[in-house]
Amino acid sequence: MSSSSDDDDRIPFSRRPEWSDVRPVPQDDGPHPVVPIAYRDDFRETMDYFRAVYLADERSSRALYLTTEAIEMNPGNYTVWHFRRLVLEALNVDLHEERDFIDQIAMRNPKNYQIWHHRRWIAEKLGPEAADKELEFTKRVLAYDAKNYHAWSHRQWVLQSLGGWEKELDYCQKLLEDDIFNNSAWNQTFDFGLSYNQEYSKVRYFVITRSPLLGGLQAMRDSELSYTIEAILANPQNESPWRYLQGLYKGDTDVLVSENQVSEVCLKVLKIDHSCIFALSLLLDLLCYGFQPSDELKGVIEALRKSEPASSDDKLASTICSILEIVDPMRSNYWAWRRSNLPSKAC
Amino acid sequence: MESSASFSPSSCSPRSPNPNPNLDQQPRLTITLLEQLKVEQKVAEIYGLLNGVSAHARSLMSELRRDKHVEFLMRGLKQLGPSYHVLDANRPWLCYWILHSIALLGEPLDTELENDVMDFLSRCEDEDGGYGGGPGQLPHLATTYAAVNTLVTLGSENALSSINRDNLYKFLLRMKDSSGAFRMHDAGEIDVRACYTAISVASILNILDYELVKDVGNYILRCQTYEGGIAGEPGSEAHGGYTFCGLATMILINEADRLDLSSLLDWVAFRQGVECGFQGRTNKLVDGCYSFWQGGVLALMQKLLPVVDKQLTSSSVSGESSLGSTCNIKSSDLAGQGSGKLSDVGFSFIKRHTESVPLFHTIALQQYILLCSQVLEGGFKDKPGKNRDFYHSCYCLSGLSVSQYSWSKDAGASPLPTAVLGPYSNLLEPIHPLYNVVLDKYHMSHEFFSRS
Ligand SMILES: [Zn+2]
Repeated sequence: MSSSSDDDDRIPFSRRPEWSDVRPVPQDDGPHPVVPIAYRDDFRETMDYFRAVYLADERSSRALYLTTEAIEMNPGNYTVWHFRRLVLEALNVDLHEERDFIDQIAMRNPKNYQIWHHRRWIAEKLGPEAADKELEFTKRVLAYDAKNYHAWSHRQWVLQSLGGWEKELDYCQKLLEDDIFNNSAWNQTFDFGLSYNQEYSKVRYFVITRSPLLGGLQAMRDSELSYTIEAILANPQNESPWRYLQGLYKGDTDVLVSENQVSEVCLKVLKIDHSCIFALSLLLDLLCYGFQPSDELKGVIEALRKSEPASSDDKLASTICSILEIVDPMRSNYWAWRRSNLPSKAC
Repeated sequence: MESSASFSPSSCSPRSPNPNPNLDQQPRLTITLLEQLKVEQKVAEIYGLLNGVSAHARSLMSELRRDKHVEFLMRGLKQLGPSYHVLDANRPWLCYWILHSIALLGEPLDTELENDVMDFLSRCEDEDGGYGGGPGQLPHLATTYAAVNTLVTLGSENALSSINRDNLYKFLLRMKDSSGAFRMHDAGEIDVRACYTAISVASILNILDYELVKDVGNYILRCQTYEGGIAGEPGSEAHGGYTFCGLATMILINEADRLDLSSLLDWVAFRQGVECGFQGRTNKLVDGCYSFWQGGVLALMQKLLPVVDKQLTSSSVSGESSLGSTCNIKSSDLAGQGSGKLSDVGFSFIKRHTESVPLFHTIALQQYILLCSQVLEGGFKDKPGKNRDFYHSCYCLSGLSVSQYSWSKDAGASPLPTAVLGPYSNLLEPIHPLYNVVLDKYHMSHEFFSRS
């Protein structure tokens, strides 16, 4: 059996005097285990001692220390975390210290469910005073990986449960600036359209719809719309602002349909990029919601149809589906389904 | 042969940045775009090899290396190296990933090995119900799902009767939160995965009742995002894994019509990109495991199209009030039903005949799985440049099965050769997409649990 190579100065539990009274409990894997793991000696021993204190329900400081070692070896063991919380409660440990421990272990394992759950448990116990630190921490994790799902979920939980909304819109803005910073190697100047990424849309939508400091979606809609249109025009191939735009009118399609700027942005994009599927797709949705197309729009769409002219009774929505079937072959089945299932009010 | 033809999407795609020269400035590269371009380039190199070779050669390149996969899987079942200690709390998952993959490949298991699996899982079963991540560990909903699906996959009377359903039901009730959602374990995290694993297990074991179902639909509804997909918890981002879990849960509790299905469908249809595989979220990289999570959502949606149609014509999904009333009707409906009826939702769902063609590009997806995710020495990986593992092997194979059978109008009916990329011998066993177990095994367990 090999022993840990990067941890040579580790003293086995069996040779630590403070553990001499504990009889380690081996794992009950049975005579012919499946998916057996060839544990390293130090891992196996640590878990044998963990099982001993866990079974004895020993909520002591040495048990707490043992869970630290076990967690560092495998932060995915939820039983160890669960027991650690019982010990922390029994010993009435200062949770600020516990948070420092989690800080370092989370930076090394940012995609681990248990660590984030444990963090939430600590923050919940500390209450609103923990908000700043938690927001600061998620910011650091997101600086490494802006798409870390757990970090975003944690951040949103903090805002909703502990507060800290005041600076959240500034943080949105900062995300854009960070993106520029990341790209400084190419000596780039600010490019709104490309920096407007998925992370940005997501956090912005969350803040706009949930912050108690803003007036809600309806109050913000006009300013959000012009902002989003700007982002779309800067890079029409970026899906995020297109979905964000639709999201602004979720459950309010009548308002979406009556907002001229929405169809105008589609038209503008299509004049430059005839086959932009996001623009075509949004137009299709508008028509399905009952939007009445202008003659100009009809003309632009008809011009896009490459094949023979449509029979005059064809709906514009149907024409768009046919165009999408050709310019977006990956989704041709989907567009064909849409074409055969147009609502009766679609033009 | 048509089926071995490769798929190459046009230059206009939702993923590639496609800088437009008519715009007054060139789009600049961000990290997201740069990573995306790197992957697209690697994938294009691989697909480029398909050009200019004979149909026969193309078919060979798309061949499923059955023997190699079985070898890789069997080896893992019998021994795992020291680096697997990070999955020490996921061993029922390892059993499921490996055994479900073997079952998809149609490979039988000898009785001795089957007994070893049963013996091992019984050591993971908690005396008060549920299965933990290893012997002596706390029972956990995700590993309970993995253990139950593994035993269903083994399929013998012994394996099925080894599950203590009374205790399992009590465990599920203990994990139910006052909000209606579920916790992963005692004082554990609440999310959509926990809801799915609880409901899936209860449904397949025929112990689903109103008590377990109560308000879980309200929680899932709160997780559907402005994009259309479903997030892990309210306020988070739409994500392929959670969208599968959320939608499957809603179907199993008979409340799928409460979701905004047309926006869900639109979101998931757009997740298949120029690489031919699926991404998990908007503007993220392609990943082989989403072949099942997103491909599975599309397979479920294919059977739900009549419901989508109904939503479109009545166009009242998005109103809060209509949701509320649907909710009331549902609750009273359920209260009046015996527990057996609820568990039968999964059974009647799979029996549904569909007239619709698949809603995604099934040949393109098979191409990504076989050429970009498949490891010739056995196993599957996320994307070119990554390493194989059992998780990706399981979900690439599951996604491959889903895409091969998507043209079948009745579940499990043999597809035409044109629906299968590569040689017809690539054809896997069909699955039940709500539980992700092989269809035959599902039917055996359904029969078993209906009579006991
Ligand atoms: Zn993956």
